[in-house]
Amino acid sequence: MSVAQAMQYATFVVEDLFFGIDVLRVQEVLRYQEMTRIPLAPTVAEGLINLRGQIVTALDMRRRLGLKPRSAERLPMNLVVRAEEGPVSLLVDEIGDVLQLEAADFEAAPDNLTPAARELVQGVYKLKDRLLLVLDPDRALEVNEFLDTRPAGSN
Amino acid sequence: MSEQDVLREFILESTENLNRLDSEIVELEQKPADKDLLASVFRTIHTIKGTCGFLGFPLLERIAHQAENLLCLLRSGERRLSPRLVAVILECVDAIRKILANLESTETEGPDEYGDLIVRLTAAIADPDDRPDLPPVTAESAPLEIEKSSGVSESAIRVDVGLLDKLMNLVGELVLARNQVLQFSNQKEDGTLTATAQRLNLITSELQENVMKTRMQPIGVVWNKLPRLVRDTANACGKLVRLDLDGAGTELDKTIIEAIKDPLTHLVRNCCDHGIETPEDRVVGGKTQQGVISLKAYHEGGQVNIEVADDGAGVDVARIKAKALEKGLIRPEQAERMSEHEAMQLMFLPGFSTARTVTNVSGRGVGLDVVRCNIDRIGGTVDVSSAKGKGTLIRLKIPLTLAIIPGLVAASGGERFLIPQASLLELIRLEGESAGKIESVHGTPVYRRRGRLLPVAFLNRILGLESAVQDEVVNIVVLQAEDRQFGLVVDGIKDTQEIVVKPLGKQLKGLTVYSGATIMGDGRVALILDVLGIGRRSGVLADHESQNRTAAQAAAAAASDNQRMLLFRAGSFSRLALPLSLVARLEEFPQSMVERAGGHHVVQYRGGILTLVSLASVLEPGSAADAPASHDPVQAIVVADGQRSLGIIVDQILDIADEVVKVRQSTARRGLLGSAVVGKEVTDFLDLRTVVQAAAPEWLERQGQKRSAAVMLAETSAFVRGLVRGELEMAGHRVVEAASAEEALSRLDALAVDLVLAAADLPPNGFAGLRDAMRQQPKLAEIPVVELAPSAGGRDAMLGSIAQLASAVALQGAAEAVESVEGRA
Repeated sequence: MSVAQAMQYATFVVEDLFFGIDVLRVQEVLRYQEMTRIPLAPTVAEGLINLRGQIVTALDMRRRLGLKPRSAERLPMNLVVRAEEGPVSLLVDEIGDVLQLEAADFEAAPDNLTPAARELVQGVYKLKDRLLLVLDPDRALEVNEFLDTRPAGSN
Repeated sequence: MSEQDVLREFILESTENLNRLDSEIVELEQKPADKDLLASVFRTIHTIKGTCGFLGFPLLERIAHQAENLLCLLRSGERRLSPRLVAVILECVDAIRKILANLESTETEGPDEYGDLIVRLTAAIADPDDRPDLPPVTAESAPLEIEKSSGVSESAIRVDVGLLDKLMNLVGELVLARNQVLQFSNQKEDGTLTATAQRLNLITSELQENVMKTRMQPIGVVWNKLPRLVRDTANACGKLVRLDLDGAGTELDKTIIEAIKDPLTHLVRNCCDHGIETPEDRVVGGKTQQGVISLKAYHEGGQVNIEVADDGAGVDVARIKAKALEKGLIRPEQAERMSEHEAMQLMFLPGFSTARTVTNVSGRGVGLDVVRCNIDRIGGTVDVSSAKGKGTLIRLKIPLTLAIIPGLVAASGGERFLIPQASLLELIRLEGESAGKIESVHGTPVYRRRGRLLPVAFLNRILGLESAVQDEVVNIVVLQAEDRQFGLVVDGIKDTQEIVVKPLGKQLKGLTVYSGATIMGDGRVALILDVLGIGRRSGVLADHESQNRTAAQAAAAAASDNQRMLLFRAGSFSRLALPLSLVARLEEFPQSMVERAGGHHVVQYRGGILTLVSLASVLEPGSAADAPASHDPVQAIVVADGQRSLGIIVDQILDIADEVVKVRQSTARRGLLGSAVVGKEVTDFLDLRTVVQAAAPEWLERQGQKRSAAVMLAETSAFVRGLVRGELEMAGHRVVEAASAEEALSRLDALAVDLVLAAADLPPNGFAGLRDAMRQQPKLAEIPVVELAPSAGGRDAMLGSIAQLASAVALQGAAEAVESVEGRA
């Protein structure tokens, strides 16, 4: 098995979806951090966190995927992803292990995925007991303004 | 030291010397007998010659050598300096500079295009007949002492700017950590900790101050280039100009120095070209032949004031109004209502220039708008005052630094926000009885401040936050944005702090209400309010403006980053919107001017015929609205497509809204794209294509049954983007914008784009930089990249050809289209 065919993925869970993201794009994983909310921002942008003096935007993956919001007592985890403009945090439900996966198990994303999810998913790994959706980190960081359902200038 | 290091060092040093040379030569022209000055000029050229001989740059060496020969004759007193010789020497300096630039970018000297110059140099050396043919320009300022001291000082070392930036960032971090420690020590009552924290506080403050100083540069660094500029410009215009410089030692942060370089150059050039009259005119006006441009810089209240004044003709308000009318920036009745001060503001609008003729100096309609734009960007202000016949004074107020600013901590809806001190005028606290003193004028809350009405906005309402505070105490923060004041009501006011401004991530770039964020003493993040954005969003500034809003202001507004919307009413649609970028002008015609021709209502307009179409009749065919309009005068929105214009008659122009538009709901209704909430009311978005189809179907026919193309627009200027975007969208294409090569590349990666239009000067490496970067990525290599350059036919021609290109791409596929269009060009 050549290196090109095996990839390492950091895994995480959002609602009942099991995701993987290229481990090289992950800067770090943090437990819940206090956030400053950003009034008027797209709802996906949940808040700002202080990452050792750096200000990082936290994006809620539930909202990004069009899922229902997590219950108030369940605190999200931060998966800090490297991006060109600096790190961005993805708020996810749980963090899993790092998995090494073979290209042979990879397949394109199924068509019946929800549109919001399909947009962000590069493909699927068929694991023994479940499926792992491969997240496109750059797509996940794009905040589509049209997704915002909060009326502008509401008060 | 590697060869490249040597080269870089050489370029750096030579460039520095050349900059000094410019002002020295102009000064020399004044005092041809000054031996020291001559010696210094000679030395610089000699050094360049010597070094390039050593490094092996024959072309550079040849030019420097001839220049040296000429200077040699001057130094030995065999020849005296004439304006002609000065011109040749300056030309040499330019040539050397150009070659150096080539060396820097390509490591080669570039093409040998200086044969002509060498011939003239040789001729000048051989020809002893040096009649003074042009009176010299004077630069009366002991040119910049600071420059003289450089080079000889052994106590100075050269430090990489990148390192200074890094130091500055680290100090920023330290300031934050210090704030945290201070807050902590206040909570714990521990003597040792408090003492240590205080010490840390002092050291940090001193360190911050000193590191800031390392980044400070005297404004003279920029002024240095001005004597030469004034000399050349004055000569080109046939004018006599003296330049007075005062306060060259005034220091500013390096980033700010960079930012004001271009605006200052523009202003001084403007003074020369537009301000100062020709010698004959000046004599007629009872002035001395020689005009004076004076620059003055001084510190005042934590800011730097820079004044650019001339004793020229002053601003002719009537001419400005006439020009604005001619350019369609304002309407006649607005011109009458306008005050002098308002009229002068018109000069700062994009596309405005009063120069009667376009010279190679100015008059191209860019200039003052760029000045205002650049100064706004760094948080400064521009003001102009003028007396006809006496001169013009332009005053810039510039902050000292951008990285660390004082800010006021205010609370609203349970969150903390920072308000930059620079925008803060005063704080008002209303208690008990007086808390009810916020009154309402026609739905707008106002407060009587010392007898004058101050429009008021509530921060928690603007941001959609719950107010945590009862109404017993009202805190009003009085703010200034542009030249207007307004009050912002917050729940509480805490204290002031030095804050380190950090930018927000790209996911939040569309938010105009924040200018950044910072980390507070407790380690939490707080948002920094953008006072202008807050004012605009709350409607405080817009409402005030709308009392005397002009289409000109609207045009200026189109330059902002947001999609600006023109709001209007027609038929039974009480609130319709159209992106302002698609609107060419707003017009009013008396009913009596409207005629019928070729089955359409038309009006004679700007020497042509403008077809009018009633929007009500397009949206509601069969309704009674067949008459052009029931109103007199007729209100029309003029849209234009290259050569042709169409007037859309509406019942009333309502307003201009400034916000990021989110179309929420699409409608099946003919002529509408959908609806959205704009300015708190539901607004229908007009589909311009339907209207054009109804009134002038030939516009669309010309474009054939083409598909639409997805075009990426990579251009720094939001104004140019808006312009091009409008044109492309009119033609039915989709547009993605990017402000830098970096942004373009990241977006290209995510989106399917048919064509990329990139500005020639796209940061960081221009059009070619983006193209090359794209060629390196297999995914993007196939996408055609076209340079967005001004065409010979002017702006309209450029826009037209861009739209044509996009259509061709949609129709024939990218590669062929670009080939065919470029083949024609």
